[in-house]
Amino acid sequence: MQDLESLVTHALGEVAACATLAQLDEARVRWLGKKGALTEQLKSLGALPAAERPAAGQRINEVKERLQAAIEARRAGLTRAEIERELAGRIDVTLPGRGERRGGLHPVTQARLRIETLFRRAGFDVATGPEIEDDFHNFEALNFPPNHPARAMHDTFYFPDGRLLRTHTSPVQIRAMLSQGAPIAVVAPGRVYRCDSDMTHSPMFHQLEGLKVGESVSFANMKAVLHGFLQAFFERDLAMRLRPSYFPFTEPSAEVDMSCVFCEGKGCRTCKHTGWLEIAGCGMVHPNVLMASGVDAERYTGYAFGMGIDRLAMLRYGVNDLRLFFESDLRFLEQFRTL
Amino acid sequence: MKLPYSWLTDWVAVPWAAAELGERLTMAGLELESLEPATPAFSGVVVAEILSAEKHPQADKLKVCRVSAGQGEPLQIVCGAPNARAGLKSALATVGARLPGDLDIKAARLRGVESFGMLCSEKEIGLSDGASGIVELPADAPVGRPAREYLQLDDMVLDLNITPNRGDAMSVIGIAREVAALSGGTLTGPERWPVAATLADTFPVSLDAPAGCPKFAGCVVRGVGNKGVVPLWMRERLRRAGLRSISPVVDVTNYVMLELGQPMHAYDLARLDGEIRVRAARAGETITLLDGKTVDLQPDVLLIADRSGPVGVAGVMGGQRTAVGADTTDLFLEVAYFSPDAVMGRALRWGLTTEASQRFERGVDPSQQERAMARALALMLSIAGGRAGPVTVSCSEQHMPVRPAMLLRRRQLTRLLGTGFEDARVRAVLEGLQMRVEQLGEGWRVGPPPHRFDIAIEADLIEEVARIIGYEAIGEGDATAVEHFRSLPESLASEQGLLEALAMRGYQEAVTYAFVDPQLQSRLFPDSHALSLANPIASDLSVMRVSLWPGLLKATLDNQRRQQERIRLIEHGIRFEHIGEGTRELDTLSGVACGPRVPEQWGLPREMRVPADFFDVKGDLEALFASLGASNCFSFEPAALSCLHPGRTARILREGRPVGWLGELHPSLVKELDSVHTPVLFELDVAALTVVRPAYREISRLPQVRRDLAVVVDESVSLSRLAERVTLAASSLLRDLRVFDVYRGPGIEAGRKSIALGLIFQDISRTLTDDDVASLVAAVVADLRASLNASIRE
Repeated sequence: MQDLESLVTHALGEVAACATLAQLDEARVRWLGKKGALTEQLKSLGALPAAERPAAGQRINEVKERLQAAIEARRAGLTRAEIERELAGRIDVTLPGRGERRGGLHPVTQARLRIETLFRRAGFDVATGPEIEDDFHNFEALNFPPNHPARAMHDTFYFPDGRLLRTHTSPVQIRAMLSQGAPIAVVAPGRVYRCDSDMTHSPMFHQLEGLKVGESVSFANMKAVLHGFLQAFFERDLAMRLRPSYFPFTEPSAEVDMSCVFCEGKGCRTCKHTGWLEIAGCGMVHPNVLMASGVDAERYTGYAFGMGIDRLAMLRYGVNDLRLFFESDLRFLEQFRTL
Repeated sequence: MKLPYSWLTDWVAVPWAAAELGERLTMAGLELESLEPATPAFSGVVVAEILSAEKHPQADKLKVCRVSAGQGEPLQIVCGAPNARAGLKSALATVGARLPGDLDIKAARLRGVESFGMLCSEKEIGLSDGASGIVELPADAPVGRPAREYLQLDDMVLDLNITPNRGDAMSVIGIAREVAALSGGTLTGPERWPVAATLADTFPVSLDAPAGCPKFAGCVVRGVGNKGVVPLWMRERLRRAGLRSISPVVDVTNYVMLELGQPMHAYDLARLDGEIRVRAARAGETITLLDGKTVDLQPDVLLIADRSGPVGVAGVMGGQRTAVGADTTDLFLEVAYFSPDAVMGRALRWGLTTEASQRFERGVDPSQQERAMARALALMLSIAGGRAGPVTVSCSEQHMPVRPAMLLRRRQLTRLLGTGFEDARVRAVLEGLQMRVEQLGEGWRVGPPPHRFDIAIEADLIEEVARIIGYEAIGEGDATAVEHFRSLPESLASEQGLLEALAMRGYQEAVTYAFVDPQLQSRLFPDSHALSLANPIASDLSVMRVSLWPGLLKATLDNQRRQQERIRLIEHGIRFEHIGEGTRELDTLSGVACGPRVPEQWGLPREMRVPADFFDVKGDLEALFASLGASNCFSFEPAALSCLHPGRTARILREGRPVGWLGELHPSLVKELDSVHTPVLFELDVAALTVVRPAYREISRLPQVRRDLAVVVDESVSLSRLAERVTLAASSLLRDLRVFDVYRGPGIEAGRKSIALGLIFQDISRTLTDDDVASLVAAVVADLRASLNASIRE
């Protein structure tokens, strides 16, 4: 029993010397674990005479408690020190975050999706049609007679077999009426093609066709829809005017002008100092078109319009060159990631 | 509200059976909640007369009766009921009868005496919950008649849900009025009940709060017997309507309330002090109600009081002090009109809902107090006896509710409903509802009847017309502005969703021309025939694209020339497949990844600073598929396409059907095009990118167990083959299988690889033991050894 004191002194010294929680845990096992030195002492009690056992047992337990208290105190100290070390660290919060960077949608796609949403909320369905069309859907059913001069307005890409790349989204009108009949309210966004390329023309661009046919669809309805759409798309009050014009598939027909969004109608370069931007063509669907599409022209009336999505996107996002949309230049495209 | 069908027929001819009546009332706004038989089924019970009742020789409490059941010899019946006596007419269950609860009656021997049937208590034939003794039928009951027939037990009880605006319908007469309006019939009703006053006694009543109580009818009745038995017919009606029989006086007041919707109250005249005043409560007053509860009264509570204080809360409940009891002989009857404002919310203040408060809150017919008093007196005198004084009615005319007539315009009716009805029909409907109708040029002037508290404006009248004619008479074809619902298949992925899923992985959408350079296209797809334009705008834009890759590769090279090192592009558009004469336009989503795996950034491990390869882009596609909820629908299998690296190319399959490609550009093309890095390309058919609707699967609450295995197999063994074998061998308890390492090198023979798998097991119904998991893993190992020549790395 004499060596109990020296055992304790030794143990306490070891505990005090522990520099980490892991070392402290090892020390605890060494002294107090199942096979620890003090535990062995307790086991050896059995060898003592019965009379001495209680006193010896009590001494060992006292020592054990002292040692446990010392370990707990050391543990608390080490834990505190560890947290303090942890707290001392400083990061540079201005360093960029890690990981992938966000890509983005094409500005024309963004404009188109916004336009689709606006028209859907106004009760229009979204329809699509093929990009390679035949003469019937692209021209004939739209009241372009063969060899009619109006066809020359469209610089058409042809295939050797006579098929063509659609020059406008208007053929979707015909397809939609033939498949759904009247009443109908659709918009048809899509890519269209014209054999023309310069500063302001791309051989491929985007159009949105609108069509509404019903028993009481009037010119006034058309005006209200177009004006309402333009104000919703540009989120501002703007003036709109319809100018009489000519399209073979509408009667009466009109060009749609809206007040210039850059100069508020005062006149600037974009609007060529007129204060007006030409934004769409429209008109009441020609009875011949209704008949070609199997719709009773006596019972129903309708309006149709077509507008350039690229042009709407340019005006909305301030893009001044149409060709940028089709050059896949990441430096350009990346500017629209935050939209 | 519970309404016995048979009671209704007292008041109106009902042209429909109970079920159809319920349907008609439901469609008129009085919703049928349930329809139940008035009594449970039983058979073989007849009206019988006890001819004699002698004491049982062996038992003090039993009697041996001779009972006539109409036909044949009288029957010997042993009966234990104290009221079994000679001359009594009762209900006899004959041998062979079946009583509620499937009790079959057989001939029996009771203490040595034979009994050929059973005299029934009310409880035994389902008439009441508890009964002492056998059924007592009136002396004129015809012996031998089936009891069900005689007692009208083949009755149905309609439980109607009365909406809060229709207080007028909370009575038999109220429903009868509806039936008359719906069927075009007229109210019949028991005829007038003449009551001649045989006493001169009256009791003084003053209306001190005439706004809350503008009308009060009172009557003194003396000499009633409140201990007597209430006749079975009345108890039956009350029971079927959901009320318990209490005493003759109380039962009569309840009966009148159910029948006419007029709550009333009987005071013990002997306990009333001096006079009755209907007045507002004073601060600090209290009353102990009939149910024993004492409540504090606020000044907005309308009271019935005598000289000693409150005797009842108007329209809610009477007080205990003046309540009638078994010994009561003299009554004062109250039949009043309390305005809804004076009653509303008061009962609830004390946690009460009474039959009276429900009716007064919703509105009781202010014109019918005299009639209800007459009905009550007639019943009271015939059931409880006594003599009645004259009925005195106190009334403050100026405070009585008024129902001004209002205009119903024909045009407004048509405009609101979308359909019009013939004038005669509108008029008939309104008159059927007891409204006063005057025809005008533009429509009608309509005065609602006093019992309708819910008709105040034109729209209320239009509702009445539509309700009685039936909402089904207003066709959808009458709609002028139809909201048209277009189909919205949940399986269709939104275009924006697809593009966004890839944009979040760093891809930028581009738009390239649909016509491309024929040289580049045929170099990439030498076997495809492209459709040529007859009049191209330029020779390098002269053929329609068969894939979006030519445009995307050109865009990649253009961007490299613009010093962009890391390129991620996608395009959504049409590719044109030219077959024979025809052309197919295929909706396509394609992409290219070229350059570093991640954007240049700090703190990146060295192995991440490498160009993207097959697996980086595969990860992007897996993210796209996951956004469709379709991760498990897609698979990748080795394949070859001439423009892609033969060993680093996969065909993408959805449920086994080819839907796209993924691969690294062929090294010789990389050189030829002079690309800085190897482009990784993918192309998908958009039609295959459909959404799998989520479907909930039960989550196990039990712990999952993970075991890791390093499996060494030949290079030729694909992970999908390995995973297939593991999944098959591990049974359905395998929740997840993860790959966390693929290793080749020291320790592994050449031509083999080590794949580290994490197997996660879990059961839905029990905790897996170590032994369970060990045997599952052993099964997996054995299978892999046998099927794939695998070895397990320890």
